Amino acid sequence: MATIITITSGKGGVGKTTTSASIASGLALRGFKTAVIDFDVGLRNLDLIMGCERRVVYDFVNVIQGDANLHQALIKDKHADNLFVLPASQTRDKDALTEEGVEKVLKELEHQGFDYIVCDSPAGIEHGAVMALTFADEAIVVTNPEVSSVRDSDRILGIIQSKSRRAVEGREPVKEHLLVTRYSPKRAHEGEMLTYTDIQELLRIPLLGVIPESEAVLHASNQGIPAIHQKDTPVADAYLDAIGRFLGETHPLRFVDYEKPGLIKRLFGGK
Amino acid sequence: MSWLSHIFGEKKATASVAKERLQLIIARERVGLSGPDFLPDLQKDLVAVISKYVKINPEDIKVGLEKQGNFEVIEVNIVLPEMR
Repeated sequence: MATIITITSGKGGVGKTTTSASIASGLALRGFKTAVIDFDVGLRNLDLIMGCERRVVYDFVNVIQGDANLHQALIKDKHADNLFVLPASQTRDKDALTEEGVEKVLKELEHQGFDYIVCDSPAGIEHGAVMALTFADEAIVVTNPEVSSVRDSDRILGIIQSKSRRAVEGREPVKEHLLVTRYSPKRAHEGEMLTYTDIQELLRIPLLGVIPESEAVLHASNQGIPAIHQKDTPVADAYLDAIGRFLGETHPLRFVDYEKPGLIKRLFGGK
Repeated sequence: MSWLSHIFGEKKATASVAKERLQLIIARERVGLSGPDFLPDLQKDLVAVISKYVKINPEDIKVGLEKQGNFEVIEVNIVLPEMR
């Protein structure tokens, strides 16, 4: 059985694609055969974040419409074994993602022995976003500590609870996880930013992890290497912890408490 | 004292305001999304019941939803015709 994980948020620019790339890579590093699919038809970016943009020949819509088979369209990741990328179409209309078509591709991936299928949702609550969450078994809701992101996350949770197959068919509901990204422990400590506990209290879903705001994310996307590979950075470690928790392990939260820098650190800088 | 806080770089703690605003709007949107809006029907039914006893106009009954602390409160205002 393949597990379908949808990475969603409602709001744009909060880190869905960064998270999709890192979660998919993390699962593959743990030895699971993993596919990551870009659902953002017309605005594909997962290929850039994964660093495979020059190897895109066929895309998700080509497979749905039978112009290519899955084997031709899947791009093998360079940084992790067991990981494959299915890019979105850059030219087609988003309505090309039909429910039957998406279901067919997901079934075929399952048939090919994939353990995890990570669906990178587009922003918004329209067709592409709904298609990305329709077949979800689990959903990771990516939220920034900021009012519009929290509100939109709540909205997308409502849509998961009403429009997913699991909800429509009255099966066990989609398992929801909260991932807080771009978190600044210092600003939260000083009362300038919602804390991760505030956000969890508001959205009332279990916390999968807190990813700190970091320069490493931009370095990662500049190079087309998922952030989880940026060794020994807080961002990579926070994603690795989140993967562990997703797989049922217990890891204490890191990088969420603010430590006042000592005198030496203040004088000589350092990160 | 604003010049003082300017010099010492005091920062505003606005996160609590954000949290309060979100608590209100999320609660309201959850109610709005969790079922059909029943207020118009409720108003119609109330008019029908009260009309059995007192002659009133439909617009004399106002029904609204309000939030007080942790509770959603349905507020019903009925203006009775003047007694003679």
